[in-house]
Amino acid sequence: MELSVMLSILLKGMWISVNIFTLTLLFSLPLGLIVAFGRMSGNFVLRNIVKIYISIMRGTPLVLQLMVVYFGPYFIFGMELSSNYRYTAVIIGFVINYAAYFAEIYRGGIESIPVGQYEAAKILGYSKTQTFMKIILPQVIKRILPAVTNEIITLIKDTSLAYVISIPEMFSEAKAIASSQKSVMPYVAAGVFYYIFNYIVATTMEWIEKKFSYYKIS
Amino acid sequence: MNILEIKNLRKSFDTDTEVIRNISLEVQEGKVVGIIGPSGSGKSTLLRCATMLETIDSGEIIYMGEHAVKTDPDGKVIYAPASQLKKIQGIFGLVFQNFNLFPHYSVIKNITDPLITVQKKSKDEAFEIARKLLDKMGLSDKEAAYPCQLSGGQQQRVSIARALALNPKILFFDEPTSALDPELTGEILNVIRNLAAEHMTMVIVTHEMSFARDVADHIIFMDDGVIVEQGSPEEVINNPKNERTIAFLSRFER
Ligand SMILES: Nc1ncnc2c1ncn2[C@@H]1O[C@H](COP(=O)(O)OP(=O)(O)O)[C@@H](O)[C@H]1O
Ligand SMILES: [Mg+2]
Repeated sequence: MELSVMLSILLKGMWISVNIFTLTLLFSLPLGLIVAFGRMSGNFVLRNIVKIYISIMRGTPLVLQLMVVYFGPYFIFGMELSSNYRYTAVIIGFVINYAAYFAEIYRGGIESIPVGQYEAAKILGYSKTQTFMKIILPQVIKRILPAVTNEIITLIKDTSLAYVISIPEMFSEAKAIASSQKSVMPYVAAGVFYYIFNYIVATTMEWIEKKFSYYKIS
Repeated sequence: MNILEIKNLRKSFDTDTEVIRNISLEVQEGKVVGIIGPSGSGKSTLLRCATMLETIDSGEIIYMGEHAVKTDPDGKVIYAPASQLKKIQGIFGLVFQNFNLFPHYSVIKNITDPLITVQKKSKDEAFEIARKLLDKMGLSDKEAAYPCQLSGGQQQRVSIARALALNPKILFFDEPTSALDPELTGEILNVIRNLAAEHMTMVIVTHEMSFARDVADHIIFMDDGVIVEQGSPEEVINNPKNERTIAFLSRFER
């Protein structure tokens, strides 16, 4: 196999990896905030349901969760789903898993904001929503950026787990070519691509963190 | 006219011990009330109840004749409806011991944002108000700075400006100099002295006895959740009658 053919197959795989990555962040970042609110809710039932959900998501392997989401509808409910469902399944699996991790990060961030910030806002007459959106959230984002960056970088590497439900993302493709060509080259190339992907994301996050460094939180 | 009236206020936290035990007081327009007393006597809790940061167990809080909260004959505490509370909220301001400035906003935005967000003032008007107050606080050159770049005394002056900008009828101070290095307390006490000279209505919790004597029209000595003694500074600070007041004040003699 020519190098250019191999690279073009890998790049196609990488495109799928990038899509999984982007869609996962797009949905799990906001969903995580909603989950965090559930986790901090005053309602005992809601709070504990969310707590159990988070603990399952964090306490079982993501590979397993992907398989359950993909095979579950057929084996549990007998639903016949088209093979295209695998793309939906992989996004659902990643989103519900990452939302749980992001929720815990948000919760930590929200709980770390001094109560005096809420009190000052209340005395000044801000509504609850204004207080959260204008005073609390911006400070939370600054505080959690390093932890979020860690998760995002883990996510890049985790996209390779989609191979278990036969998504032709970069790692699956590298594996396929490697075994048919009896060569380690595809793995090396995939490794380089993952590294570049990571480098771009890490640099972007660093830039965002810098944008938030104009002030210090006491 | 009474700006604030508190009647038979009681407050306890989860533990059964009452922190505020039947306190009543009045603050007339243009007057300065100084509250002194040992730590743990309930001074902060009293201010926090008056500013509705804490809910009360029973009693009445009345701002300019309007009930913020009252207690009906069978002991049920009734707060005014939200719309009325919002209006009452605008009557008072509170200056915290540890400033509680918004760290992600510049000095001027700390002052203009409540004006724009809460009072719906135009940007121009908000900046005009803020600049005037910063000038008054001697902080004109700091408007673009962030709170973390300021000294404690400067931060406290910004927080006073932020409270004043909303044009409250009464301003509460909870130990405004206690978080400051001793050499920085003077600048804050002077700011408050100037406000008193302009007849700003104020309730000030402080451990600065000579300041309290100078600035206050009325002194309240609190201990263990009750008002033990009150009167003019001359009466309470110079010639205390109650032995608890005498014991407390003797610690400040030098
Ligand atoms: N949020 C709270 N929960 C429980 N106890 C509190 C709380 N706030 C204050 N207290 C108690 O109430 C008492 C009075 O406190 P505080 O009003 O802060 O006194 P001061 O301001 O005069 O020092 C203290 O015994 C304090 O421990
Ligand atoms: Mg106190």
